[in-house]
Amino acid sequence: MRSQIPALASLLVVAAVLCLLPFILSEYNIYLVAQVGIFFIAVLGLNILTGYTGQISIGHGAFMAIGGYTTAVMSRDHHTNLVVTMLMAFAICFVVGLLVGLPALRLSGVYLALVTFALAVSIPQIPLQYSTFLGGSGGVVSSRSVSNLWIYTATWACSAILFVLAWLILRGRLGRAFRAVRDSEIAAVASGVELPIYKTLAFGISAAYAGVAGSLFVLAANGFAQPSEFDVFLSLQLLVGAAVAGLGSLWGILAGAAFVGLLPQVSTSVPVIGAQHGRDVVFGAAVILVMLLLPDGFAGLLARIRRLARA
Amino acid sequence: MSAGTSAVGGLRARGWSIDPSAATVVLLLVGAAIFLLVGCLRSTTFAQLTVQGVALGSVYGSLALALVLVYRATHVINFAQGELAMFTTYIAYELMLHGLSYWEAFAATLAIAFALGTVLQVTLIRPVQHRSVIATVIVTVGLFILIDGIVNWIWGGDYKSMPSPFGLGAYNVGGVVISHLYVGMVVVVLSSVLLVWALFRFTKLGLGMRAAAMRPAAAALVGVRVDSMLAIGWGLAAVLGAVAGLMAEPSQIFLSPTLMQPILVYAFAAAVLGGLESPAGAVVGGVLIGVTLTLIVGYVPQISSELQLPFAFAVLLVILLLKPSGLFGRREVRRV
Repeated sequence: MRSQIPALASLLVVAAVLCLLPFILSEYNIYLVAQVGIFFIAVLGLNILTGYTGQISIGHGAFMAIGGYTTAVMSRDHHTNLVVTMLMAFAICFVVGLLVGLPALRLSGVYLALVTFALAVSIPQIPLQYSTFLGGSGGVVSSRSVSNLWIYTATWACSAILFVLAWLILRGRLGRAFRAVRDSEIAAVASGVELPIYKTLAFGISAAYAGVAGSLFVLAANGFAQPSEFDVFLSLQLLVGAAVAGLGSLWGILAGAAFVGLLPQVSTSVPVIGAQHGRDVVFGAAVILVMLLLPDGFAGLLARIRRLARA
Repeated sequence: MSAGTSAVGGLRARGWSIDPSAATVVLLLVGAAIFLLVGCLRSTTFAQLTVQGVALGSVYGSLALALVLVYRATHVINFAQGELAMFTTYIAYELMLHGLSYWEAFAATLAIAFALGTVLQVTLIRPVQHRSVIATVIVTVGLFILIDGIVNWIWGGDYKSMPSPFGLGAYNVGGVVISHLYVGMVVVVLSSVLLVWALFRFTKLGLGMRAAAMRPAAAALVGVRVDSMLAIGWGLAAVLGAVAGLMAEPSQIFLSPTLMQPILVYAFAAAVLGGLESPAGAVVGGVLIGVTLTLIVGYVPQISSELQLPFAFAVLLVILLLKPSGLFGRREVRRV
């Protein structure tokens, strides 16, 4: 327990800062920090799957799309309470994640990467086909818009709950099974880990996280769910976030989420990088450099600093 | 016969021959061919769709072959393969703006693509390829984003048009109108595939590349420079990708940064259908996927062109669930 005191202390500091920020920041900056929170949830979910269970997904934007459209459609057609739509997004994406996890049982490594990539490319086509229900390329507008402060509070409350949930999951029996699957599937089976259960479960949990993130993503975009917002680049960005954060660690996720969430917004004032393409160049170059120079991402950097401090 | 030549024969047999137990696969393919032939004889619309499907499918096959070459060499999928192809197509566009004729630009682009592929393997992939599949995949994803950003930066996101390589005419074969473009696409793609095949089959370089891909340690012991072979493999893959990009452009009419994204998914499906390890399978798979998609979108009203991508995704999924080793692949043995 004593070894966890510094970790708990730093968590409390982060939580306190996040509670204070709305009183200090301008309206626009509150919105930016909320964006970071949305990516925090999604990258956290992806990390449970890719970092802890070793199952790569290049398609988590697809789950965000499902979550986002759930919120938009329920709010448009039934005026459902927005918090309830988030819970629905969580539940629906959990089920869809389990379903995607089923074929994933037989696939690993590059095959899984292929399937999830194809999923990410395919999903934005669905609203175009079923345009009466899902609004076509114009998108679905939910019935209510919410203030930036509402988004901020909702996002970081969700982040806190889901972070604690992830921490509980990963430190217990389930987390040990996940890590066993990641390190060697055959060894895990030999030690009595039921592969089908844990692999699909990891997919479900991870997709549910992405679903909540997608729901918040739509609310932050004034309740607009548009196919172009959920294109393959969203999925790639999540993977970039997870790589920058460091796979298999919870400590770097804030940094990864801040990198992915803030760069597009902040860089608009910077020349050259300001436009969309400059941002892509920075994203691409950054993820390649991180993988080459800092394989464990920001979390690895933190660990290295901690070791240096102790020495 | 000395031990050396029999080992070479063994390599050849392992690398390129079709597994004899795959007689059912051959039967299936013959059945599909008969179905298409009968359909083409009975209906001109069917024939036209089939020709279009074969032409598009050869492009998918070319990109799929590029993926397979990389997969055989480094056991990783290059997610940036399509974007790389798109980038080299823009290079051809730029060369033509500077006064080169289409085929001069074509040749120059292939040379540039080769250099680009080689350099990328050496600088970006080599440092991570021994770490893990996930690390390598993430690097290629980074490359995907980077190339997309660079292309948008240099050329912008708007549509560009290139001169048509084969003119706008058409042949008329018994009432079936076949545009020169489709014939040209098939001829160019198939000849480049054949050239690559010949390189692997008949040259010492190709033998070295196959050895390096199959048994890196053993190949290094008999004097093959494994690292250079892998780099050349990436270069050749980039060349095939460039051919795919250049042939895809006229079929899409315009050149845009998203040119190759759907084609990459079709190429994935083609490569997996062929078995991911088999070069011949990739090309056959490409043509099969191309014809299937074109016929389905042409004849099934429920599947519009919007649903073409999700349908390809479904095909990919079904192949992986029913026969993960594809038509020409071998079952993988997993080790702890």
